[in-house]
Formats: sequence, C-alpha cells, structure tokens
Amino acid sequence: MNPRSPTQLADDTSGQLWLPTSLAAQLEKWAAAGYPFEICGLLIGRHHGHEVETVSVTSAQNLARDRRRDRYLLDPDDFLAADREAQADGLEIVGFWHTHPDHPARPSQVDLDAAWEGYSYLIIATNATGAVELRSWSLQGGRFVQQVVRREEQT
Amino acid sequence: MNVVMVRIPTPLRRFTAGADEVSVEGRSVGEVLQELVARHQDLSHHLFDTDGGIRKFINIYVNDRNVSSLDGLDTAVDNGTVLTIVPAVAGGRR
Repeated sequence: MNPRSPTQLADDTSGQLWLPTSLAAQLEKWAAAGYPFEICGLLIGRHHGHEVETVSVTSAQNLARDRRRDRYLLDPDDFLAADREAQADGLEIVGFWHTHPDHPARPSQVDLDAAWEGYSYLIIATNATGAVELRSWSLQGGRFVQQVVRREEQT
Repeated sequence: MNVVMVRIPTPLRRFTAGADEVSVEGRSVGEVLQELVARHQDLSHHLFDTDGGIRKFINIYVNDRNVSSLDGLDTAVDNGTVLTIVPAVAGGRR
C-alpha cells in the first residue's frame, strides 16, 4: 500500500451504509444533472453502531464557484437547515455526498484534508453519460476506509 | 449572564461526552465558546486557531446567522440563543 494514499485498499472495508434504492436513484439523477460540475449535499439518517442508515438526502449549494469543476464547498447555511430538519425528525446528519466529474469515486487528497471523523463521505463518479460509480468512505485514524453501500428498498 | 444552547456536530461530540447540546453562559460568542472549552478542553484546538480566532474549518451560527457576517467572536448573544457549530464540508476530485 502506498503510505501516502488517502484511502485504504478497497477490500479493507469499515461498516456499511444503507441506502434505499429510491435515494440512490435520486442522488444519481442529481449527479448526472450537475455534470460537468461538482455538486454536493447531505445524508440524513441514524447511526447503528458501525452501520449507517440513510433516511433522506438533500442537495446543497456548492460555494466553490470558481473551482466547481474540481472542488466543492458545501454551503454551511444548507448544513444548518438540514441539521434543524433532522433534529426535528429525531434524525441526524450522518454524512455528505459529492460528485467527481470524469474521475473515480475515490477520495482525493483535498477530500482527505477537509474530512471529519464520524461522517460518511459518499462520492459519485460522473461523466457525460451520467452517474457511473458510487462509493462511500469514512475517515478513521486520518485515513479514508471504504464502507459497503447496501442498496435496498426502504421497508 | 445569558444562557445559550450550543449545538455540537457529530465529530466533536466525543469531546462533550456524547452530548449533542451543551448549555453555556456568556454575553458574546467568544465568551460562550471560551466557557465551552473551559468545560471540554479538548474542543479548544478544533474551534480556535493559534491566534485565538475561529478556525477556518468551523462556522459558528447565532440562531440563523453566520457570525462571519456579524461581529465574529464579539457577536452578542441573548438569553435563549441557539449557537450552532457547523463544520466546513469541502473537497473535490483533485
């Protein structure tokens, strides 16, 4: 393993992110519509130990307007609004999503530099045909570790 | 002295014994945050830079207003104010 890589090997996974198929479809629709720019949003849900349940997703403004082909800065106003809504519903912000246009769904060094422990970071790779790859990561001990994404129908 | 509810984001709750909200007294954002870190000292380097300002990876909201558009740490707070610590969320493909 490259010691400077921001990610662990793909088979070294940490926990699971439960993502209902309807929410995955919504994210992929937003991601495709946002191409060729990076777009972003929040994941709302619950933590169950090392498992994360996604109950809803939101889209947010990308404030990195001059670099939106390769950077994102999620509008903190959107974070605040999502936090209020989640709290009212007995839920919490469990993570974030953003796109990598024409780039794999793996965290970059700038993703690592800005990451916080305790959240899931879902990355959607996009190209001119739409969303092509979706992976989730969490920061542990200063490195990103991949989470298994379980796409299942909401019960 | 005014009592302010401070909302703690998930990554910082390990420094507040898991609490998502902490009730703190103070008359300004700076006083509230200083009282917060006096009780939970490990929060200090996550909230403040070496010059004593708010770290660039942190946004502080007083009710619905980001203090960066108010008076920063000098922003006055009233009894019943909700102060929310919002972590910066950023990155990109390269």
